[in-house]
Amino acid sequence: MTLYWEEEIETLPRVGLESIQLKRLQHLVARVYKTVAPYREKMDAAGVKPKDIQSLADLTKLPFTVKEDLRDNYPFGLFTVPMDQVVRVHASSGTTGKPTVVGYTKKDIKTWSGLMARALTCAGATSSDMIHNAYGYGLFTGGLGAHYGIERLGATVIPVSGGNTKRQITIMKDFKSSVLLATPSYALNLAETMNALGVDPKSLSLRVGVFGAEPWSENMRDEVERKLNIKAVDIYGLSEVIGPGVAMQCLEGEKGLHIFEDHFLPEIIDPDTGEVLPLGEKGELVFTTLTKEAFPIIRYRTKDITRLLYDECACGRTMVRMDKVTGRTDDMLIIRGVNVFPSQIEHVLMGTKGVEPHYQIVVNREGNMDTMSVEVEVSEDIFSDEIKTLENLNKRIQMDIKDMLGVSCRVKLVEPKSIQRSEGKAQRVIDNRNL
Amino acid sequence: MRVEQIAVFLENKSGRLAEITAKLAEENINIRALSVADTADFGILRLIVDDVEKAKTTLKSNGFTVSVTNVIAVEVADKTGGLAGVLKTIEEEKLNVEYMYAFVNQSGENAVLIFRFDDMDKAIEALQRTGYAILSGEEICSL
Ligand SMILES: [Zn+2]
Repeated sequence: MTLYWEEEIETLPRVGLESIQLKRLQHLVARVYKTVAPYREKMDAAGVKPKDIQSLADLTKLPFTVKEDLRDNYPFGLFTVPMDQVVRVHASSGTTGKPTVVGYTKKDIKTWSGLMARALTCAGATSSDMIHNAYGYGLFTGGLGAHYGIERLGATVIPVSGGNTKRQITIMKDFKSSVLLATPSYALNLAETMNALGVDPKSLSLRVGVFGAEPWSENMRDEVERKLNIKAVDIYGLSEVIGPGVAMQCLEGEKGLHIFEDHFLPEIIDPDTGEVLPLGEKGELVFTTLTKEAFPIIRYRTKDITRLLYDECACGRTMVRMDKVTGRTDDMLIIRGVNVFPSQIEHVLMGTKGVEPHYQIVVNREGNMDTMSVEVEVSEDIFSDEIKTLENLNKRIQMDIKDMLGVSCRVKLVEPKSIQRSEGKAQRVIDNRNL
Repeated sequence: MRVEQIAVFLENKSGRLAEITAKLAEENINIRALSVADTADFGILRLIVDDVEKAKTTLKSNGFTVSVTNVIAVEVADKTGGLAGVLKTIEEEKLNVEYMYAFVNQSGENAVLIFRFDDMDKAIEALQRTGYAILSGEEICSL
């Protein structure tokens, strides 16, 4: 039997759902137009007023919001409430150094916790569960977002965060963790470590894993399920929209993640033209938040590629499902759960020597860990006849990248022209992971 | 009193050194001294040649990263204690050596030590004062 967190809304016939969505959308557009100058200016420029939103189809009249809008209004320019009503901020890395900052009111935190509780219930978790939360705690929305949801569910949260894998396994054994929340690559890392320590996953109490924050393939799902002896389900979210808990895979459905449409309105657009694509077609996922207070967002382009599945789901939920995200419209990489843009690496390299060297980012999955190495061509500007100088340069680039991105990487100095160029343009990223 | 040295960036890939020497030979450039300093990932090839400009152009046009630096060439007798004497002077004069390498001239009587100091002027002054013969580029090439 399917477990629901809020059965009535989760199984509401679509007509009812759509009428709720329209009411919330109209309210949101009116409020944002009134309180946030950058939104008002964009709507005025597009010649659209709040009263023009008469149906859900009118959503397309509104201008898109992109990551650059967040950067231009850094840090709090798109918040719709005074700061004394904001009880928390989170941030994720931006493309050129400045992070993307989002804020939450008390009510937003309540909404978010409820959505996370709903998501965990989709995965079969209940108040009796011991939930091992290995998402990173901090500015990243993963750790705290899940944490509050687990408490809301009434389950026991183990806030282990990331790292110290051996200790995590001891805790899993001793505390009888029954649900694991982590990035899929960290889950595989846990499995490998268990193997090395001679811990049989069958001897643990783990039943289900809720994995997200990085792309993962169906093959990886099979591997995690086999190696940890659990059921592995997919969670989706991004900080610009709210964090984890935007969409969640159910246990009953064959595939796809239910989008929590009473709070987030999805669209699929052609990333080149911006046109909304016919139902079921693959394109860029766009979200409008319907209930957020501090940081609502209108038609936010996620740059994630997926499609929407409107067929009925065996679980009885009526909310549309999105397919597993299959790619990006930009060059963003996700390394061990951290967003990395090649432009950030470029920024570090420029800062290191004041010149723009030719470089290439090579990503591999070694064992179960993503590894990133940055190859930098040694031009005359950075060359020295002393080993020490070049080694220091290498170390400094490594440290600066770690500082800026929070991800460690290997730096390799290479001869000029060793990085392949196509039509004179260097290929910036080689991703050898099979995602 | 300084000698121009060519430095070339090398990845640690097999055959690169042979490639460089072959390219220089094709252009009739004579290598008088050569040293490779390396780490696990990369190396720096240092060369004393008879035609610095031509060597530089040749290597650059073959896609290598090249720089020209000044080094000091000190001639010592190729016998026990020859090197030790210079090193003692360097220590006494508190000179900082960035790197050094050596070669023996064709007659086999004298060794030539190539030094890069952090303070080149101070090093020249000290070595000359203590009686060492410092060679010019032409002198090295005519050895
Ligand atoms: Zn379902």
